[in-house]
Amino acid sequence: MWSWVAHRVTGIGIFFFLFAHVLDTALVRVSPEAYNEVIDTYKNPIVGLLEVGLVAAVVFHAFNGLRIVLVDFWSKGPRYQKHMFATVLVLWVVLMVPFTIRHLSHVFGG
Amino acid sequence: MTTTIPAPRTPRRLRGRTNTELYAWMFMRASGVLLVILIFTHLFVNLMTGDGINALDFGFVAGKWADPVWQVWDLLMLWLAMLHGTNGLRTVINDYAERDQLRLWLKVGLYTATTITIVLGTLVIFTFDPCPPDAAADLLPSFCPVP
Repeated sequence: MWSWVAHRVTGIGIFFFLFAHVLDTALVRVSPEAYNEVIDTYKNPIVGLLEVGLVAAVVFHAFNGLRIVLVDFWSKGPRYQKHMFATVLVLWVVLMVPFTIRHLSHVFGG
Repeated sequence: MTTTIPAPRTPRRLRGRTNTELYAWMFMRASGVLLVILIFTHLFVNLMTGDGINALDFGFVAGKWADPVWQVWDLLMLWLAMLHGTNGLRTVINDYAERDQLRLWLKVGLYTATTITIVLGTLVIFTFDPCPPDAAADLLPSFCPVP
């Protein structure tokens, strides 16, 4: 049940980010100055940490989504759904640790 | 506007006339798998390689979209992610908005926002000029002709 809740919460969050992401990227069509000005407002530690949160949500939603596909289409999926959820969490940590180190070194290292 | 999913084993003649919910369900699985590949690559290339987030500016985007592969990549991501997210939010609205009028208007708002965003994003990818003539040269990608 918690995987279901987390899937919804991360999905909704990512979807709202996507609107903002398309709108700010659309500024490349206005002018290089307009785009760079808005992107520069993102280049600070607070937004850098929010980006880690965003990627954490995306990575969880991705792996848990693949687990849902396996539960639905793999004949042994329902039997191993709990093991697969543990795998999702392990893979999430395995990807998030190096990502967080590298991304935050860009954010704080300048 | 009420969405009712017929109980399992409901005789065919008592079901709705369409299989929309089945197709929506299939679409979520198919687009989801593709989006994992598209978005993981997108995040790796934009955030992990080179200077990561610090390299992001107009020149970076222009350099990527000079390559038709990244144009198609981003176009696919835009359409699939928007439709995947819209169908997800449609499900959430159906689950929690119990008043008919509220559910209707939430979905009208959702579909409007989705249409505007997909059209805008698609137009931007296809009408984008990496070397706009009136822009400062130091903001442009290196392949732009020097005036």
